[in-house]
Amino acid sequence: MATSTSSKLNKAVKQQYMDLPQGDMVQAMYIWIDGSGEGVRCKTRTLDYEPKTIEDLPEWNFDGSSTYQSEGSNSDMFLIPAAMFRDPFRKDPNKLVLCEVLKYNRKPAETNLRHTCKQIMTMVENNHPWFGMEQEYTLLGTDGHPFGWPSNGFPGPQGPYYCGVGADKAYGRDVVEAHYRACLYAGVQICGTNAEVMPAQWEFQVGPCEGINMGDHLWVARFILHRVCEDFGVIASFDPKPIPGNWNGAGCHTNFSTKEMREDGGLKVIEESIERLAKRHRYHIRAYDPKGGLDNARRLTGHHETSNIDEFSAGVANRGASIRIPRAVGQDKKGYFEDRRPSANCDPYVVTEALVRTCLLKEEGEEPTDYSK
Amino acid sequence: MATSASATLSKAVKQQYMELPQGDKVQAMYIWIDGTGEGLRCKTRTLDFEPKSIEDLPEWNFDGSSTYQAEGSNSDMYLIPAAMFRDPFRKDPNKLVLCEVQKYNGKPAETNLRVTCKKVMEMVDDQHPWFGMEQEYTILGTDGHPFGWPSNGFPGPQGPYYCGVGADKAYGRDIVEAHYRACLYAGVQICGTNAEVMPAQWEFQVGPCEGINMGDHLWVARFLLHRVCEDFGVVASFDPKPIPGNWNGAGCHTNFSTKEMREDGGLKAIEDSIEKLGKRHSYHIRAYDPKGGLDNARRLTGHHETSNINEFSAGVANRGASIRIPRNVGQEKKGYFEDRRPSANCDPYGVTEALIRTCLLSEEGDEPTDY
Repeated sequence: MATSTSSKLNKAVKQQYMDLPQGDMVQAMYIWIDGSGEGVRCKTRTLDYEPKTIEDLPEWNFDGSSTYQSEGSNSDMFLIPAAMFRDPFRKDPNKLVLCEVLKYNRKPAETNLRHTCKQIMTMVENNHPWFGMEQEYTLLGTDGHPFGWPSNGFPGPQGPYYCGVGADKAYGRDVVEAHYRACLYAGVQICGTNAEVMPAQWEFQVGPCEGINMGDHLWVARFILHRVCEDFGVIASFDPKPIPGNWNGAGCHTNFSTKEMREDGGLKVIEESIERLAKRHRYHIRAYDPKGGLDNARRLTGHHETSNIDEFSAGVANRGASIRIPRAVGQDKKGYFEDRRPSANCDPYVVTEALVRTCLLKEEGEEPTDYSK
Repeated sequence: MATSASATLSKAVKQQYMELPQGDKVQAMYIWIDGTGEGLRCKTRTLDFEPKSIEDLPEWNFDGSSTYQAEGSNSDMYLIPAAMFRDPFRKDPNKLVLCEVQKYNGKPAETNLRVTCKKVMEMVDDQHPWFGMEQEYTILGTDGHPFGWPSNGFPGPQGPYYCGVGADKAYGRDIVEAHYRACLYAGVQICGTNAEVMPAQWEFQVGPCEGINMGDHLWVARFLLHRVCEDFGVVASFDPKPIPGNWNGAGCHTNFSTKEMREDGGLKAIEDSIEKLGKRHSYHIRAYDPKGGLDNARRLTGHHETSNINEFSAGVANRGASIRIPRNVGQEKKGYFEDRRPSANCDPYGVTEALIRTCLLSEEGDEPTDY
């Protein structure tokens, strides 16, 4: 059976319990990124007041030896609240709290990439960098096969599925609809959805977000997707190439602009940024998936609307290029550009930081500059 | 099928009946611990008033020969109300009443460990002992296999499940969510939940509770869990090692502090306590599961974030030790410590009493002092 046993538990029974009043008590679910750099974890604590801002939330800790983040003999790691959202599962007044992870010595954990991203964003806040990220993902059954696909086979070839409607075209729309509403309730800046080219593949877009918010909102949107899928008994995969062969991969196209790019004549600034990006292709490829490019190597083939991982290219309205300038931007001579290289399982903090370092801080070479020196 | 036949009964039909007004009548469900020291029993009586405090509730009795507690020829046992909570299943004004059990001669039943616990707690109430207990448990299907596991096999190895999210990581979250809300409604001091290392294993934490309240709140939280699982048609197991081999066991880590430990410089009092505990390891092991250590022997192996049952150890942020001092306590030089030895099926009255006897009453040796 494609859906989990948990999803068959009686939801009417659960609803009766969820309707019980909770008095003054508030449940705060703390969320963090684990040692894989892709997985999210969560646990909940009771507060006896409703937190109004992030400063109202206490620090916490967890057992890092169980999340690929530390050894059992010295396993305590710290959770530092970073961004708070409404909880669409437990509803008001309960909260979701995205956290940064610190090691026992209070230095950032290896996969805490928010820390440096925030520093970088603070350096360029006068440029008002805006981001929009297009998160692609694939729905799988609990058997690991794409949801809705014949259990020991394949659907008809790609063509009818992109933005499709109908039971033979769109697999799992309920998840998409539920996720969209959950994000809107939570306060996540979700700006759209569409069915993707491969059946059971979907996309949602988050943005425009300024600075550090991009990473925060995308990680929480991902968490919400995993939770929604769990409720339905299916699995969301951010693997960049879930099915080898003539089936699309999954990316996280990242749209980027600064105040200057958005103003009249901004196209010139866009073109300058693209020139800088062209000289730093390998640094960006390393930043654009959690395995330094190995994951993306399965996806960026030059086919299926991707660029080849070994080559940098840019062009107006060109979906086979690394960077695409939307046609309207080419015409208005201002706007934004789209970096199509990031993998679906990228860390948005790293992606946005890399774009700012190269385009705004004008860094060059293979390594990021250490500004603390 | 993994869920019970009862779970398929129409909940809509049930809801219609539960919405019937009950006038001035109040249902009080009396709860007690049976002869196993682990099992809970319950029965209900109608009152024609709403009890406002524990003193309003009458004593009652039951047939102890049906609960492993008495012989048939002399089976009446007494239920003495001890703590009252709101009923999240029948809702206000109905009540849950946790009771102590007495034998026919008025003496405490063998598994009534609350009596001595209460006496010991009263001896030290000026030290304000606080407890927090981390109750781990495993959800099983009615076939006895962990819930959500493939019916004739095993899930992928441990790693992704602790605090996990997603249908391939978290099995049975509905139960956890329902139980949390039921506890909040009932007035149980539930302070958190998380998914545990083994899939279908979960944890909730109750506390901080002072003195006798720890045992009361934890037993009621356990009762609520069994009732919630019953509604969903699954089973909650407190067995300390439900699946042998490379799968985590289930414990009930107990956090403890006194007023002195919580104040500046309290780390010294913590270290003194740990020294005393270090000398009384086998007494505590006997107190930390209902079979004098036999249950824990399957769990405390030294692997899977446990200490070895034969050795006592302590360390800051060390999850392989008997006693763990949290890192921030080590830094602030005050706070509390965590005894990681108690089994998931321990009696919290037995555990909290043992900690008081050794750390605050400075007892030594293998036997508890008879005051």
